[in-house]
Amino acid sequence: MINFELDEEQQLIRDTVVSFARDEVRPHAREADEQGVIPASLVQKGWELGLVQSIIPEEYGGFGSRHSALTGAVVAEELAYGDLAIALHLLAPRVVAVPLVEFGSAQLKRGVLPRFCGDVFEPGAAAVMEPRMAFDAAAPLTTLTPDGDDYVVSGEKCYVPLGADSRHFLVLASLANGDGASPRAVLVERDTPGLTVGPRENNMGLKALATTGLTLNACKVPRDNVLGDEQSVGRLANLWRVALSAMAVGVARAASDYAREYAKERRAFGQAIGQKQAIAFMLAEMAIEVDAMRLLTWEAAWKLDRSEDATRESFLAKRYSADMTMKIADNALQVLGGHGYIRDHLVELFLRNARCFSIVEGLAVA
Amino acid sequence: MVDFELSADLASTRAQLHMLAEHAMRPIAREYDEREHEKPWDFINMMWQLSKGSSIGPSADKDKKEGHAPSGDSERNLRTVIAVEELSWGDAGLYLSIPGPGLGGAAVMAAGTPEQKARLLSRFRGDKPVWSAMAITEACAGSDSAAIQATAVRDGDHWVLNGEKIFCTSGLMAGDPKQSNGFIVVWATVDRSAGRAGIKSFIVDAGTPGMSISKLEDKLGIRVSDTATLVFEDCRIPLDNILGSPEIPKTSEGFKGVMATFDATRPIVAASALGVGRAAVDFVREELKKQGIPIRYGIATHRLAAIERDFMDMEAQLQAARLLTWRAAWMMDRGQRNNLEASMAKAKAGLVVTWVTQKAVEMLGPLGYSRQLLLEKWMRDAKINDIFEGTQQINMMIVARRILGYSSKELS
Repeated sequence: MINFELDEEQQLIRDTVVSFARDEVRPHAREADEQGVIPASLVQKGWELGLVQSIIPEEYGGFGSRHSALTGAVVAEELAYGDLAIALHLLAPRVVAVPLVEFGSAQLKRGVLPRFCGDVFEPGAAAVMEPRMAFDAAAPLTTLTPDGDDYVVSGEKCYVPLGADSRHFLVLASLANGDGASPRAVLVERDTPGLTVGPRENNMGLKALATTGLTLNACKVPRDNVLGDEQSVGRLANLWRVALSAMAVGVARAASDYAREYAKERRAFGQAIGQKQAIAFMLAEMAIEVDAMRLLTWEAAWKLDRSEDATRESFLAKRYSADMTMKIADNALQVLGGHGYIRDHLVELFLRNARCFSIVEGLAVA
Repeated sequence: MVDFELSADLASTRAQLHMLAEHAMRPIAREYDEREHEKPWDFINMMWQLSKGSSIGPSADKDKKEGHAPSGDSERNLRTVIAVEELSWGDAGLYLSIPGPGLGGAAVMAAGTPEQKARLLSRFRGDKPVWSAMAITEACAGSDSAAIQATAVRDGDHWVLNGEKIFCTSGLMAGDPKQSNGFIVVWATVDRSAGRAGIKSFIVDAGTPGMSISKLEDKLGIRVSDTATLVFEDCRIPLDNILGSPEIPKTSEGFKGVMATFDATRPIVAASALGVGRAAVDFVREELKKQGIPIRYGIATHRLAAIERDFMDMEAQLQAARLLTWRAAWMMDRGQRNNLEASMAKAKAGLVVTWVTQKAVEMLGPLGYSRQLLLEKWMRDAKINDIFEGTQQINMMIVARRILGYSSKELS
């Protein structure tokens, strides 16, 4: 039966994250972007919200809530509304924890999940993307090769968030089978021989997010570290898409709200510029599209929560959100005119961050 | 709890109407587009019999009619938008031609007294098809409905109406006694100096002396649906044919009440738009399949062909408009004010289907432009949804006012 209302628990979680994003995240957004550093105290406060621990079963030290992509999408949107780079940092451990919960063997869960349930923030790193123009998540060049009872992982990764500090990497690699190859998600521990973390990357946006390169030179991992099968990667990719789509909604809403408040204050020709149709129509379109993006995202998340194949919905939602958030951020900057181009205002930061959505994959999981 | 699945009841309504759209509407869609101003009486009579005896059909008072639908239908507005999308998938013009309470009935439902509801809505239970219609637009007052010039003057036990109304959908079927025992809801001012507050709506029965139909428009699309010009010359109607109070309120609340009807009707227009858009998207999907062109969801963006990108954009845009429409209807079912969401849905859906149908014509190339297929017709039919029941721009204006907190004076 059609219903657009979050359940009570989801509303409670949202309210908590809304306050945190407003009171803790947003005030740090500019400085974190300029300095390239997120204060450790902020990260710790974010950790204490329990956004990672909550979905880990109690037997491994977590809170044991059922993992829900929809709840994940709500959290991702609200945190990204505060700041995208900080949101990606805070949620980075989920990129390792969620696939472990969903696809990991009991033994692997026992070994690794308790580390994500401690008192202190435990970084986790997605090693999904590769440094080439035609990167294809369905066919990564990083290889996964059987070697007796073990597997060997080799390849080069980029945009690895928290690469320098993470003890665990979720690596996307191709497993050769017959004539073709299909992608697998593999857990690689930091101390694995052959694993080298590259220097910190320097990107146009997401500057507060410490991403690095990663080289895997014949890294040997136990068979158990290969998470699920090809279908598992398919589902995981959809969880990535939903999370990023939700974050795009957050960034778009941040830009849209910023422009709307500015348009009510800024006066020209004797009235607020919001009273001019040229401006008002841009703001109206932003409001409509933010809601449209969110509804598409929620529908995909809802389908994932029913354990149905949501490839079409997730893919379309992410495409839509990536395009639309860029348009909204650009229009928001335009509403501020010259002021939008100046770093005194946050819209140029929103625009730089919004640019990532049609490029990045796997940096967050719903 | 968030849920995107239709209830079993709504899913069954949709399945029934889809059969009807496919088998009773599609086969005659082209014929009545070509034979403008002719009425599909077989279809009309069939729909009348069907809607009297079953729970299908979008009529506003459906659940009060025969008791077939659950009383107190908690999903009435959602059911309506689901039904209208399906019927418009069959044919948007034929959907608009279906007899029933329609927009006039919606106004009576929204603003009528119990006596008026009993008197007027009972007509939709008879043996012969009956229409009602809404007459708002004038030659010099379209989107600016507060500027209407038609007058209603009290004269003893009657109101006397004078003026001219254009673009009245189903005005012929509702206003001509040879067609049906219908009625028209006419907007007129009881005091021009009072501005919006002076605007009231009046019931004029088909065949009332002084009301005449002076013109039927030739249109780009939805040709089977008549669009009439109505002339009122000293047209006398009983005093209690006014909807709502005859008093002129000090505030603009009264006019807001009249405008609130649009919060109910805009999601319905959006739903009709969706039906036309989906017809085009469904057709293109089938055609691509026949041509062996796959739509590969989930592959790397750089590997997507242009035609896949176009098709995916069409699908995503249409679904975005559909979810906005469902949300606006769902809010009404819960008794929540949906003025903002109804306008969002209408603005988005009108724009989206205009684009989607044009893109579909383009994608089918020489076939898309040909009248052998229905695509070019859908493109023509789709455009009206970007205009009537509030143009895209008027709805954008409403959205802008609501999100900025401006009055119509502050943002116009």
